[in-house]
Amino acid sequence: MYLEDASVVEHRDVPGGYRLLVLCAPRIASAVRPGQFVHLRIPHFQHALLRRPFSVFRADGDRLALLYKAVGEGTRALRDARAGEPVSLIGPLGRGFPAPAPGRFPLLVAGGYGMAALYLLARALPVRGLAFVGGRGAEDILCVEEFEQLGWTVAVATEDGTRGRRGLVTGPLDEWLATRAADCLPEAYACGPHAMLRAVAERARAGNWPAWLSMDRHMGCGVGACLTCVQKITAADGTWEWARVCREGPVFESRQVVWEAEP
Amino acid sequence: MTSPAAGAAARPPDLTVRLGGIVMRNPVMTASGTFGYGPEYAELVDLHQLGAVVVKGISPQPVAGNPPPRTCETPSGLLNAIGLQNPGVEGFLRDYLPFWRACRTPLIVNIWGRTVEEYAAVAARLEAAGGVAGLEVNVSCPNIKEGRALFGADRDMFRRVLAAVRAATRLPMIVKLAPDLSAAADFARLAEECGADALSLINSIPALAIDVETRRPRLGNVTGGLSGPAIRPIAVKLVWDVARAVRLPVVGIGGIAGAADALEFLIAGATAVAVGTANFIDPRVALETVGGIRDYLARHRLANVAELTGSLRA
Repeated sequence: MYLEDASVVEHRDVPGGYRLLVLCAPRIASAVRPGQFVHLRIPHFQHALLRRPFSVFRADGDRLALLYKAVGEGTRALRDARAGEPVSLIGPLGRGFPAPAPGRFPLLVAGGYGMAALYLLARALPVRGLAFVGGRGAEDILCVEEFEQLGWTVAVATEDGTRGRRGLVTGPLDEWLATRAADCLPEAYACGPHAMLRAVAERARAGNWPAWLSMDRHMGCGVGACLTCVQKITAADGTWEWARVCREGPVFESRQVVWEAEP
Repeated sequence: MTSPAAGAAARPPDLTVRLGGIVMRNPVMTASGTFGYGPEYAELVDLHQLGAVVVKGISPQPVAGNPPPRTCETPSGLLNAIGLQNPGVEGFLRDYLPFWRACRTPLIVNIWGRTVEEYAAVAARLEAAGGVAGLEVNVSCPNIKEGRALFGADRDMFRRVLAAVRAATRLPMIVKLAPDLSAAADFARLAEECGADALSLINSIPALAIDVETRRPRLGNVTGGLSGPAIRPIAVKLVWDVARAVRLPVVGIGGIAGAADALEFLIAGATAVAVGTANFIDPRVALETVGGIRDYLARHRLANVAELTGSLRA
């Protein structure tokens, strides 16, 4: 974990209404593991106090790339950060994705720009498998070519049918699960909306295979001190306990998670 | 040959402060609830350079706290209702006290209970464990029903809690006061009568934020406590009120995000300060505050930080 004064190298629009932010952050870029995140202090954003967590899209040498969509006040303010500007980062934070057990066939399941958060994992995994990606429309589908270049087979589903199969990402996932060879044991890695993660967890439970879910929670300090980003998980004695998404997560095994209505 | 006075001025200023028996290398502490139990920030902050660390509230038994959402941002503020989630005193001693054995910085533990007896029990247990420099008695949490309403606003209960803690331990007792706009000085005098060694204020201010689209509160607990720069002038005024009402040293807390803010509290009458919400944004802000106070003292040719305390020219 480092507190690093990074600088903006590149910041531009990418298709689908996303922004690509490339930072020079040598210490964090060389240390980050797939599934970890950085906590970023948005420049020129005095109105609100807290840092904002971002999953890492790419890390190459001293460069760290984040992919985001301006959806709230913080990310709208971040849009204006210019090349050369300093940006304070804390990272890498949290527990990322573990490697699959030997012999397991990796599945990636992503909703929207959850795909970007799985890129480092897709590059690092020793085995190439199947990536399922879903979104509302074609503009939500990211990184398909990058994943294919890494050797992954990508199945796309969109709710409006403008790219790939019409419907939710669980459509092609269920079809594959139903037709896979009996000796093909999956291990899944998922990042996306709460409902999608829950749907993956239900399938993992039914099929008795592991699924690693990257949970998204409103976050405060990012290091485990403030207890804002708590998630109910199953305790050893069968009851529940809180886990800090920033410290014990953001990645949890699906059977650990106690599912409730989205907070 | 230089005069003795000139020689004294050239020496680095003395930042040492004494807080009811706790000797601190500088007047900057971390506020309870904003710095975890110590290890959380240890990779980013050299804890040895802090005046003291006040860890998050500890009760006799583990407590789960409030449902999410637990915090939300408001203009220049942070509204929270964590609900005093904590591992209980035995969990704290098992999981965190060993970490502190290797650290020379005074460890101050914020304590609370649901009954008078619980306050006394946790105080006695912490003293028996050793390694704790002092206790901060939390009678002012806005986010549990037993907190401010039961112990912090009722004079009889306030007195009974403090008397029980005083009887249970010889550790320095810092009493954390609520931001009571009309009676803070009264409670401060009461705490002094009950044997408090120091006072700390202010705790967060009861507050409410609403999502108007859904008409729902923005916190799971409905209401919360407001902290951050938004509350600083209120806190400075209450410190000024309280510091003039009692002989006890006062720890100023409320929206400190740098040396200039800390200096306001010292000039208003605080002996020490605690950095709270700002830790979440910049974990090194407490250390930068120490450096900034040192620079200020040198620039104003003050030999000792104590010369600043209560030096308001009003």
